Amino acid sequence: MADLSDFRAEARAWLEANFPASLRAQSEAVAELIPGGEKPTGDALLWKQRMAAKGWGTPTWPKAYGGGGLSAAEARVLAEEMAAIGAGNPVQGMGTSMFGPTLLEYGTEAQKQRHIPPIVRGEVRWCQGYSEPGAGSDLASLTTRCEDAGDHWKINGQKIWTSGAQYADWCFCLVRTDTSRKHEGISFVLIDMHQAGVETRPIRLIAGSSPFCETFFTDARVEKDDMVGPLNGGWAIGKRLLQHERSGQGGARLMGAGKPLPEIAASYVEEDELGAEDVRGRIIAQAVDARAHTLTMARAAVESRGNLNPSAATSVMKNSGAKLGQDKAELTLEVMGARGLGWAGEAFTDEERTAVRVWLSGKATTIFGGSSEIQNNIIAKRILGLPDPLGSN
Amino acid sequence: MAVLTEEQSLLRDAARTWTQEKSPVSAFRKVRDAAAPLAYDPAAFAEMAQMGWTGVIIPEEYGGSDFGWLSLGLILEETGRTLTASPILASAAASGAILLGGTATQKEAWLPKIASGEVVGALAVDEGPHHAPAKVATTAKKTGAGWTLDGAKTFVLEGMAAGLLVVSARTSGNAGDEDGISLFLVPAEARGVTRQALKLADSRGAANVTFAGVELGAEALLGEAGKGHALLEKTLDRARAALAAEMLGSAVQAFETTLDYLKTRVQFGQVIGSFQALQHRAAKMFTDLELSRSCVEAALTAIDNDAADVSELVSLAKAKMGDTLHLVSNEMVQMHGGIGMTDEHDAGLYLKRARAQETAFGGQAWHRDRYARLQGF
Repeated sequence: MADLSDFRAEARAWLEANFPASLRAQSEAVAELIPGGEKPTGDALLWKQRMAAKGWGTPTWPKAYGGGGLSAAEARVLAEEMAAIGAGNPVQGMGTSMFGPTLLEYGTEAQKQRHIPPIVRGEVRWCQGYSEPGAGSDLASLTTRCEDAGDHWKINGQKIWTSGAQYADWCFCLVRTDTSRKHEGISFVLIDMHQAGVETRPIRLIAGSSPFCETFFTDARVEKDDMVGPLNGGWAIGKRLLQHERSGQGGARLMGAGKPLPEIAASYVEEDELGAEDVRGRIIAQAVDARAHTLTMARAAVESRGNLNPSAATSVMKNSGAKLGQDKAELTLEVMGARGLGWAGEAFTDEERTAVRVWLSGKATTIFGGSSEIQNNIIAKRILGLPDPLGSN
Repeated sequence: MAVLTEEQSLLRDAARTWTQEKSPVSAFRKVRDAAAPLAYDPAAFAEMAQMGWTGVIIPEEYGGSDFGWLSLGLILEETGRTLTASPILASAAASGAILLGGTATQKEAWLPKIASGEVVGALAVDEGPHHAPAKVATTAKKTGAGWTLDGAKTFVLEGMAAGLLVVSARTSGNAGDEDGISLFLVPAEARGVTRQALKLADSRGAANVTFAGVELGAEALLGEAGKGHALLEKTLDRARAALAAEMLGSAVQAFETTLDYLKTRVQFGQVIGSFQALQHRAAKMFTDLELSRSCVEAALTAIDNDAADVSELVSLAKAKMGDTLHLVSNEMVQMHGGIGMTDEHDAGLYLKRARAQETAFGGQAWHRDRYARLQGF
């Protein structure tokens, strides 16, 4: 492991020299589940440029496309060193966590050359065109049409829950190229969002924000060489991408950031009040589950022995992480009492107004990226080998 | 469902018809979106008062119908179904205090006005983020023939709408002591009373209220000085049971809306309600709702009968109903999937209301603990 300690020293030195001190103060901030629309400025922009140039925003991607070229073990060390100083990944997004890894696996050399370097540099934002109003859990029933228009593909239809579509430059999208077959009639295309045939409409959610959109395609144009994989061969690629999405979600992000529950409880609950023991018991149970989750993540990392590819086991981590985050949010609210329901105004602290929104927006974590029910189906079918009452999927 | 008298059946049917026609969820949404100053529609409340809903627990001699708490529960179950915002519950709780502890003069002074809907009453009890009726630091000092009130109350339900505040204050002892608490009838417009409207997630009316040297006459004291804790708990038990009835309505409607969705949403070529995993979760919710209804009705009936075990049954009802509502409100969002996360759908309104109802007058943990203590565990 001498190499790793060398690398750790190298990473630490580089971060020390390049991570702007002014960003450290923000490390406590609650990470947004869905990135917003603001482009970084000042030190945040500087940090992004430095990380992009180093390729460490996409640490395991090949150097040929500008990536960091690190091993999985080195990438873990880098993540630990970054966490230790409160440094976030400034180029992180759907391009780095979902689309990039999928394109590296399935794309042509020309497609990789065209689309990967701008992701590495954090220059383009990608969004995901998967769900439709009639195709949620049953994603393969999607109906957005893609037709051959001679020198290009023509797209017509509607997507929903397109995260960040209003800010996105590109959309990776599942479309129907054959109406006579279900799974075998789907293709995977890349749509330039900056064209007349694309319209996005933000959807207001229960927490008050609008991180998702409805996205409408009307004769939208896709270049011929922006179809990934073969015609009618998009389903396998689309599913692979979902595994990358889930593995990104299984991490600490879904478990809920911010102060530990016992610390919050200490400032809101008096030990002698009715129900305090009851709440304490549930806080302990949540802490035990959270630790078990963290240990399982670590075990999975060790057992994968550097294999970065996600597996069906990511469904386990996604469900576990999402539940932990929701439990934490519910307990935070309960601990804060009526103050935890504060929505607006000076009567409440920032922490309280945030808690109620984290609680509400967190309800999406068991719905998006494949609902808990769908993850459980995957676990039952692919890991446990139980029969699928729906037939093949 | 409890066996109802003919009067109660008529009352429930009238409440159901009125709420469904005049006060569907869209009416509450309108109030929310307009950020109505009292967080309810005064015209709708006037209609409710016209129908006698503000006087259900008030004796006929004071302008009410004296139908009792179970009857009030029937109305609140219906308003809870459609998330109707109104001060019916808060006013009933305040009038309950006067009925239980008031002199004939106090009853004469306030009950007819509450029964007619002219005055809204509210309980100003808690001083922190958690329900804690004995933790009273607000003081009332004897000054001449009357009292001077100093302190602050938090999360007063319908505190902005209230014309009358029933305030717990300490006339002796320290915060946490049950002895030394007294209740006072405080007109909201009295000098020294200031109110701050609170914007909560559920968009209902609530306020923080401060009392700075508020001068009260001798007639403001409700019940015996220093012995108010028992009266306060009795009053709160009525408010908790009434709230549990409202929660039952919210939970039943949240469940029924979800059940409809299970029967109509098609994925994988079939309605999602055909999946056994979802069927079992629906069956569990139905079971919990049946159990909860028994507890809520038992608590309200015990109050009407002035039974010895009111407190136990009320804590049982608030704890069990709270757990069921918690589950159903979460499942409403989850089973609707993405559409349940949108502000346009009703699921979020039920979810937000649910947590506010759970929290008010003691949450599940609080009532489980109280139930255990009353049972001698």
